[in-house]
Amino acid sequence: MGSRWTGMFSSFLFLAVPVLGVATFAIAPAFNIWLPKDVSSHGATIDSLFMFILILTGIVFVITEGLLFWFLWKYDAAKATGPATYVHGNHTLEVMWTLIPAGILLFLAIYQMNTWANVKMRRPAMAPTLEVVGRQFEWRLRYPGRDGTLGTPDDLFLVNDLHVPVDEDILIQLKSMDVLHSFFLPNLRVKQDAVPGMKIPVWFKATQTGQFDIVCAELCGWGHYKMAGQITIESRKDFNAWLESMYAKQEATQPEQAAVALAQ
Amino acid sequence: MATATSSSTLVTGAALTASPNRQAPKPRPVMEFLSTYVFSKDHKVIGLQFLFSTLLWFLIGGLLALAVRWQIAWPWSDVPVLGKLFAQQGGQMAPEFYTMLFTMHATVMIFLVIIPILAGAFGNFLIPLMIGADDMAFPTLNMLSYWFMWPAFLFFGASFFVEGGAASSGWTSYPPLSTNVAAAPGSGWGQTLWLLGLTMVGVSSMLGSVNYMTTIILMRAPGMTMFRLPMTIWAMFITAVLQAFALPVLTAAGFMQLADRTIGTGFFSPEGNMVNNALTSTGGGQPLLWQHLFWFYSHPAVYIMILPAMGMVSDIMTCFARKPLFGYRPMVYSIAGIAGLGFIVWGHHMFISGMNPALGMTFMVSTMMIALPSAVKTFNWLGTVWGGRIQFTTAMLFALSFVSMFIIGGLSGIFMAATPVDIFIHDTYFIVAHFHYVLFAGTAMGVWAAIYFWFPKMFGRTMNEFWGKAHFFLTFIFLNGTFFTMHILGAVGFPRRLADAYHYETFHHLQPLNAFMTWCAIGMVASQIIFAINFFWSMFFGPIAGRNPWRANGLEWTAPSPPGHGNFDFQPVVYRGPYEYSVPGADKDYLMQTDPPNAAAAALAAAP
Repeated sequence: MGSRWTGMFSSFLFLAVPVLGVATFAIAPAFNIWLPKDVSSHGATIDSLFMFILILTGIVFVITEGLLFWFLWKYDAAKATGPATYVHGNHTLEVMWTLIPAGILLFLAIYQMNTWANVKMRRPAMAPTLEVVGRQFEWRLRYPGRDGTLGTPDDLFLVNDLHVPVDEDILIQLKSMDVLHSFFLPNLRVKQDAVPGMKIPVWFKATQTGQFDIVCAELCGWGHYKMAGQITIESRKDFNAWLESMYAKQEATQPEQAAVALAQ
Repeated sequence: MATATSSSTLVTGAALTASPNRQAPKPRPVMEFLSTYVFSKDHKVIGLQFLFSTLLWFLIGGLLALAVRWQIAWPWSDVPVLGKLFAQQGGQMAPEFYTMLFTMHATVMIFLVIIPILAGAFGNFLIPLMIGADDMAFPTLNMLSYWFMWPAFLFFGASFFVEGGAASSGWTSYPPLSTNVAAAPGSGWGQTLWLLGLTMVGVSSMLGSVNYMTTIILMRAPGMTMFRLPMTIWAMFITAVLQAFALPVLTAAGFMQLADRTIGTGFFSPEGNMVNNALTSTGGGQPLLWQHLFWFYSHPAVYIMILPAMGMVSDIMTCFARKPLFGYRPMVYSIAGIAGLGFIVWGHHMFISGMNPALGMTFMVSTMMIALPSAVKTFNWLGTVWGGRIQFTTAMLFALSFVSMFIIGGLSGIFMAATPVDIFIHDTYFIVAHFHYVLFAGTAMGVWAAIYFWFPKMFGRTMNEFWGKAHFFLTFIFLNGTFFTMHILGAVGFPRRLADAYHYETFHHLQPLNAFMTWCAIGMVASQIIFAINFFWSMFFGPIAGRNPWRANGLEWTAPSPPGHGNFDFQPVVYRGPYEYSVPGADKDYLMQTDPPNAAAAALAAAP
């Protein structure tokens, strides 16, 4: 059934899968279609874990797809002579290809636990730097005012324009006013859903100054695509100056009573 | 067919009364037509009804996907055809229309295509034939399982035309977006109809599931032990078990959401939840509860959507490799392992949802472990091809591509299972790549393999091989062009479900790549024209196939093509497993399950 040409053509089609697959990943960074610049203290461990899994799965990918190609090439009925090998399996092989992947997967599972714990479980012992509240379709920010405590009448209210000092632990208290949102900072390797009714802590430490995107990564309605914010990472001095200017602006535009009403 | 003729003396009474062309007088031909072709209780007719319905929805789902791709590639540009059909803002797509499109694309593909085409179409058609039964255990339930799909078709179909449009809170329907009427345009009637449709699909699946389990346990032909069942049947059996245990949770959750929306309960909304200045029911609930309940079903559902394809691909590969399945029992155990572990991994959809991170860690370990049975299956498929005599038929090419593509889909899952990596790639195109490699490049390719393979049994004719291969080649190229590139998009963090992401500094340079993917997607859908023409042309004009055109071993190949009512014109008796190809010393390279070891033993076994 079918000529040798069919077999050769099909085999090469399946060989193209690992060849083009690896090539895609190899050339993507050259076109800047790759992990965005990382400016967080924990991001490097996430990126290296990504690369580690990429190499590991890449090896398995090339071997299995390569074997598939080789078997298709070699055991084409139009090429191979004599009957097929009459075999129902091999116990040793089954044990091997169960235990070896099991070992690798278990290693991977244990290897990453510490990173996960650092990013999501070992919350720094400090008062929240600010509160971020998701709302259709904006990020509402609330900095503690001069008294350093959130939830007091002198809090500073801003929208979409997040500033944090560089090289300091930042602890954000994440909330949502209405539906689910997800607070995604691609360059800081931070993503956390905001859930109405919950206060979720998010922490990171930025290592470089600059301006980066805040993306909403959980569908929140028709305007989900435009729920964009900006995070500015700056030196402590610049940050203090910015905070002071924003504070002065707020005081100038709204009397104390209005601030009290807003806080409540 | 030597088997069939030698066994013709063993014709049973059931087969005699059940010829497809009965000559008895028909006083009411309309009723006769209705009971034969419309409200039929014959599992083959029901299977084909499922097949035609789901293929039609496959087309609709595919067109919805194209509209989604159009917006991602060229945001806010005039949409051809669709823009005129749903004239809004002068032909360009409104963002709420976009959210509705991807919601309904996923809904249609998952609930109206993949699940019913695997369990409904192939489960129905193949189970009685492959186990040697004359029909399902409960033919009336079986008929109902198809007809309960129709309310679902109507609910989902009608929802496009109600005020606000169809559901637009994602196929996952996370509250409060889905429960608060003011949260999104589609969260009005569209969402209510969506929940009703989902319930109907659930009823249909449940009726099928009960039927499949009973049939497989009780109605196997003499000699058909559980460990002589083809992998297709094992997969269908375990899928039915999964559905029976997981579906009630989704149905209950659906009713809870319906109650939240209509009678003011507060299962999923916290106290005082305001969306868009509208209060969400009474409050006191928890949005994460829906996610737990939803994924408790929908994760096992992922396996409902792949296991039957795995089973069918195993059967097709052994036939065209002319070789026994490598590691039959490990294959069965790994399907069972996937099903078992499938119940304790649902939390991996919720790593960053706000669920306790410690719980995330346990779900991470179980998720890593579920990769294991999938790996074992892949190695055994490779072992099956090794040393075979491969015939590159269209069905075989699709089956091989299932394996090749499933490797990609399986390996990319490990990235998401690694919780720290998931922080970055969660809800990006990396996950979109992953599940399209499993569900499209995996399951859909498996379904095409099955259609090309069992088409002769369904219609008595074979499909055209040349155009079949052309269909395979184009689909294979275009699907990889569309979906493989999604991996690197995901590596940039490109988020899913955004109507326009290019205003973000991080993503603005990705538009050309997305345009390339959209061109591939258009090519992929266009290639299906070849399939559609081949399918319908072959149905009427294809070369007549005998009982066993592929020289395969399974019981279904001993029945006439197409089988009449009652399936077999003799009582099949099973003597061996389904994969005895190239047995040394045999006079042909396949030994059918019914081929007797010798005549005397056959007569003895068939004696009543």
